Amino acid sequence: MERVVDPLTSVATRSRIDGETIAFVVMVAALVVAPFVAYPVFLMKALCFGLFACAFNLLIGYGGLLSFGHALFFGWASYVAAHMAKVGVISLPYPVGWHAWSWLVIPLPPLPPELAILFGTAVAAVLGVVAGSLAIRRQGIYFAMITLALAQMMYFFALQAKFTGGEDGIQGVPRGRLFGILDLSNELTMYGVVVVVFLGAFLLIHRIIHSPFGEVLKAIRENEARAISLGYKTDRYKLLAFVLSATLAGLAGATKAIVFQLASLTDVHWTMSGEVVLMTLVGGLGTVFGPIVGAVIIVGMQNYLASFGEWVTVIQGVIFVFCVLLFRRGVVGEIAHLFRIRL
Amino acid sequence: MFEIFGIPSTALFGQLLIGLINGSFYALLSLGLAVIFGMLNIINFAHGAQYMMGAFAAFLLLQYLNLNYFAALVLAPVLVGLTGIAIERCMLQWLYKLDHLYGLLLTFGLALIIEGVFRHQYGASGQPYQMPDLLTGGRNLGFMFLPNYRAWVIAVSLVVCLATWFVIERTKLGAYLRAATENPTLVRAFGINVPRMITLTYGFGVALAALAGVLAAPIYNVSPQMGGDLIVVVFAVVVIGGMGSIMGAIVTGFGLGIIEGLTKVFWPEASNTVIFVIMAIVLLVRPAGLFGRRA
Repeated sequence: MERVVDPLTSVATRSRIDGETIAFVVMVAALVVAPFVAYPVFLMKALCFGLFACAFNLLIGYGGLLSFGHALFFGWASYVAAHMAKVGVISLPYPVGWHAWSWLVIPLPPLPPELAILFGTAVAAVLGVVAGSLAIRRQGIYFAMITLALAQMMYFFALQAKFTGGEDGIQGVPRGRLFGILDLSNELTMYGVVVVVFLGAFLLIHRIIHSPFGEVLKAIRENEARAISLGYKTDRYKLLAFVLSATLAGLAGATKAIVFQLASLTDVHWTMSGEVVLMTLVGGLGTVFGPIVGAVIIVGMQNYLASFGEWVTVIQGVIFVFCVLLFRRGVVGEIAHLFRIRL
Repeated sequence: MFEIFGIPSTALFGQLLIGLINGSFYALLSLGLAVIFGMLNIINFAHGAQYMMGAFAAFLLLQYLNLNYFAALVLAPVLVGLTGIAIERCMLQWLYKLDHLYGLLLTFGLALIIEGVFRHQYGASGQPYQMPDLLTGGRNLGFMFLPNYRAWVIAVSLVVCLATWFVIERTKLGAYLRAATENPTLVRAFGINVPRMITLTYGFGVALAALAGVLAAPIYNVSPQMGGDLIVVVFAVVVIGGMGSIMGAIVTGFGLGIIEGLTKVFWPEASNTVIFVIMAIVLLVRPAGLFGRRA
């Protein structure tokens, strides 16, 4: 009998629970020890990007959909969270005739961090619904180009909108007190919060992947026509996967805005979309832990090579080419392949 | 001097001209993308970087070999095309059996490398490129002033686009190309060297991008990031047009350039985003693109 082999991960289902559980325990242990070894700021950056990459991986690794516009959700959630934490007032423009706009103003006070993050994530979810329902109308390469174009459009909005501060971004965002109790200006407290957010989202993604929904998603990735003929409304599954991925990417972006007290154009630009692709690719497409490993590698690289200036971009490009040509399984994918486990 | 919809005619035609110029570049670039996609099934993300390489090639040829614009117009596409051929032979050819997305990722990496190297070498700010003496000045058409160089860009782009269309749709070579797009195995069985054709097609598509780069050099500065943002717009153009048809790519390119120019007159803030909005509308109404065939 012919075995169906998962092309991205090379499954050996026998010892799957062992491998994943061990890796998870190792990861949690590392997260506990890490702040005593490395700078909390670096770790929080790695965790935010790790979450971002995991969200992205949900779409490409399990749905087979390559989004080249995930910076849209990451960046906009970060803007919204930063704005809500710093200013709070929402002004929405609505047209009152040709070229004339009026503003609907909702006077809110600056929000506590948990609500700011929630707001940012919710906006990412809404953007995910809009962008997703457009993008899933085409497959494959077109899907990538559409997401890229939509993200670029929202980049221009971010450039022109008043609340984003244009080239300056939103600076000096207060971290505030979580639930009015925990003072987040303490680095270790902030780190703890980021770890909790990260682990929560990670477990959610894990749950999604192993749910019946996740199985249908994988079926669509392998053979969409067959999934349709089995009676699945594949567009709905793809849209839901897209929205989930966008929402979690938004959660990562919003958290990052609070941690770094900054939201800027860098986070919405398409180079950021490229970076998250690179992280996932380096770590291993379609592996649960790969995106995290990839994020740590890339963020670490950017940190240590920052003095090399333009060469960082070149090195990233070289890693891209190298991974695509010779290292398509990624770090975690290779390890999983070597030990014949699922990670 | 007269007015149309309250806009002075010179401003209107001026923007229309800029729109046509942008349209020329969109057409040349999306044509290159379509040709490459047809044969290789790869979206060439490095297209913007190769456009930038074309402009830099012209700049460097002038700087170090003192070769003028017209020599560069021929030489730069050839040189950049040769780098394209090297890329196809060394890297892309190993990806044809894989998911198409890997081609996109590889060329994205290449774009990062190329842009990074040029930015390291020449800095982020642009280098001016002198307009050739023969094409300076302009003429007054009565309703507007037409700079000669702009007319030249539109003319060259139109001629190159139409020639490409003619070769692909109306000649024997083009028939081989189209046949190899449909069924490479069968065409190989007839004794035609399909891998070499694929290599040359990639080189040609890249050369088209470089040609656009040389044409752009005197208008915009020659700068490392000139291609980066442009390519995203061209992707949107390609989505709108659909990559199934050569003529479709040309018409969509010029048409969207004009629409963008007109938007600049009537609603300047929206001119950056209008092409993306049109893309969204086209996706809702006709998902396969205006000239596309449903896959």
